[in-house]
Amino acid sequence: MSKSYRDGLPISPENFVDQLMRLKRGSIGRRDFLGLTGLGIATAVMAREIGIMPTPAFAAESLGDRMSIATWPNYHDPQTFENFKKDTGVAVEVNVFGSNEEMLAKLQAGASGWSLFVPTNYTISTYKKLGIIEALEMAKLPNFDGTQEDPRFTSEGTIDGTIYAVPKNWGTTGFAVNTKKLTKPMTSWKEFWDTAMAEGDSRTMVHDYQLTTIGNALKYYGYSFNSLKQDELAKAEELLLKVKPHLFAVSSDYQPGMRAGDAWMTMCWTNDGAQLHRDIPEIAYVLGKEGGEIWTDFYAIPKDAPNKPAGYALLNYLMNPQVAVKEHLANGAPSTDARVNKLLPKEVLDNPILYPAADLLTPLEFGAAATLTDPGRAELMARFKSA
Amino acid sequence: MSAGTGAVFQMHGNRFRHNFLTALLLAPATAWLVVFLVLPFIAIAVFSVGERAPEGGYQAAFTLAQYANLPARATAFWNTMVLAPVGALACLLVAYPVAYYLALQAPQRWRLILLALVVIPFWTSLLMRTYAWMYILGGRGIPALLAFAGIEDVRLINTPGAVLLGIVYGYLPLMILPIYVSLERLDRRLLEASADLGATPLSTFLGVTLKLSLPGVMTGFSLVMILLLGEYLIPTLLGGGKVFFIGNALVDLFLQSRNWPFGSAIAITLVLVSVVVLIAANRISTRVSGARRVDLI
Repeated sequence: MSKSYRDGLPISPENFVDQLMRLKRGSIGRRDFLGLTGLGIATAVMAREIGIMPTPAFAAESLGDRMSIATWPNYHDPQTFENFKKDTGVAVEVNVFGSNEEMLAKLQAGASGWSLFVPTNYTISTYKKLGIIEALEMAKLPNFDGTQEDPRFTSEGTIDGTIYAVPKNWGTTGFAVNTKKLTKPMTSWKEFWDTAMAEGDSRTMVHDYQLTTIGNALKYYGYSFNSLKQDELAKAEELLLKVKPHLFAVSSDYQPGMRAGDAWMTMCWTNDGAQLHRDIPEIAYVLGKEGGEIWTDFYAIPKDAPNKPAGYALLNYLMNPQVAVKEHLANGAPSTDARVNKLLPKEVLDNPILYPAADLLTPLEFGAAATLTDPGRAELMARFKSA
Repeated sequence: MSAGTGAVFQMHGNRFRHNFLTALLLAPATAWLVVFLVLPFIAIAVFSVGERAPEGGYQAAFTLAQYANLPARATAFWNTMVLAPVGALACLLVAYPVAYYLALQAPQRWRLILLALVVIPFWTSLLMRTYAWMYILGGRGIPALLAFAGIEDVRLINTPGAVLLGIVYGYLPLMILPIYVSLERLDRRLLEASADLGATPLSTFLGVTLKLSLPGVMTGFSLVMILLLGEYLIPTLLGGGKVFFIGNALVDLFLQSRNWPFGSAIAITLVLVSVVVLIAANRISTRVSGARRVDLI
């Protein structure tokens, strides 16, 4: 999708096949599509069955010969797992998921079969409360160095002084704007919502995710992203219902619309923002000055993990800065680990989408566990979507 | 006397063997239905009188609160009750001429090939085919072609029209095939008789062809309608998630807010509503066609 004479022309056969392959790899918006359809799992399983991911002929004794990880689409350097297999003989099956809620549902049902998974910060306390995860045995993770982690991002993995999860990377939730179509510079959520009803009419997308869509509507009035207060949520609902008829879509799969030029503005996560800007420079990524969401994805090990030794071995491997740096270059999300940041190229560290200025980060809030599980917000979202 | 008794025993033995054989033959299907239909249905019924656990999921209880809460999804129910018949009708209007051509007009040697062409799209998953429509209707698809022709700024994707198009496209074969079968069996001599007796082509079509193909029409219509009652993928992908059907509400309740009891109550209600609608449709069609009862399922 680089700039070329083809831009703006009807989609070519090669381009369409590219898109389909991208879809098969699972990189089309993490929360929306794959989880809804189970396509990611199907692809992962098929890849193994037809021998794209062969299992080793012989295996190391203590680690077994295979394990599976539950994670997000396009979130790892595939070479990482190949190298891990070369070193240990353990083949890694990758299960791709659409949302934290689905991961939680699968783990709650039991026998997920995962020995490692990648939950987002606001779910960890729930996992602990439900007894789904257990404290990590830090002796098995010598590559992890807590002193090198930025405590702002790591704190939610630790509950009552015990470490239940270690961070993978962090990111923010802002919005992406096509600055050729919407030329007025924007810096706030207030401008996002107002533009959606004016110049951005029928060209604006919001997430199909209550946490961020309601959270960023609350920011219009300067309320907390995590607010559960009746009167504040009522104001947010009023705004959302007013905006609804002006929207292009309610969907977390926003890259195709933005790339095709059908959508001009969308709520957006860091890695998508970085990818869109890299391929289409006029698409800018904006953090609302009122604040909004900041998040960290963690690694955790389920209590019923079928192959705990391999889970720990892979986690320790991923905590090696030399390995982790490749992961960050592949998925484009910023690192929490000072050792990794030292190894990242300057242009990555200077990219304001990945590493925004400190004054923009200060007002951001982490999503709270109660925000995600609140039934009132779920019903508000349903009213918004059915309006 | 003794011979008579023997015959009676013989008959009983036969009947017993016959019944046993029938039971044996039906066992796999029965086991399948019990395991995959009856048991899940019971589980959902139990869930539907429970409560949502604080962290989501199911918590044992006996309450009708979930059913009392049904009006919270009234819009979604209403949208579905409009979409299902309208979508099925649109499918029918497109499918009937195609089936008519295939059964009565197409040259014999082409018929098989044309039928295969109707079925072949089924080899690719509906998801892939619907996703392809996102690109055809998206800004770099048809609108870009129209822009070459001088018609600027046409937006097709994420409109109700796009959803209807996706539905007609996705379910068309399910409508064409049953209608084709009923038209194919049509006794051509009836058409000649009708013409000989002075009927115009139109009244022959209405009085003979259409009437005799009604069982196929009803089968196709109810097949498509049943599937549309649970449809969520096409409105999500081609409608931009702006229109909310009961299928979408169910997906959200099970996978997002994880309110399983409320989702279960909606699922049970949807099943009951569907049964009522289908029985009503059956009655109406029987009356309209004046023909023998048409079994829908």
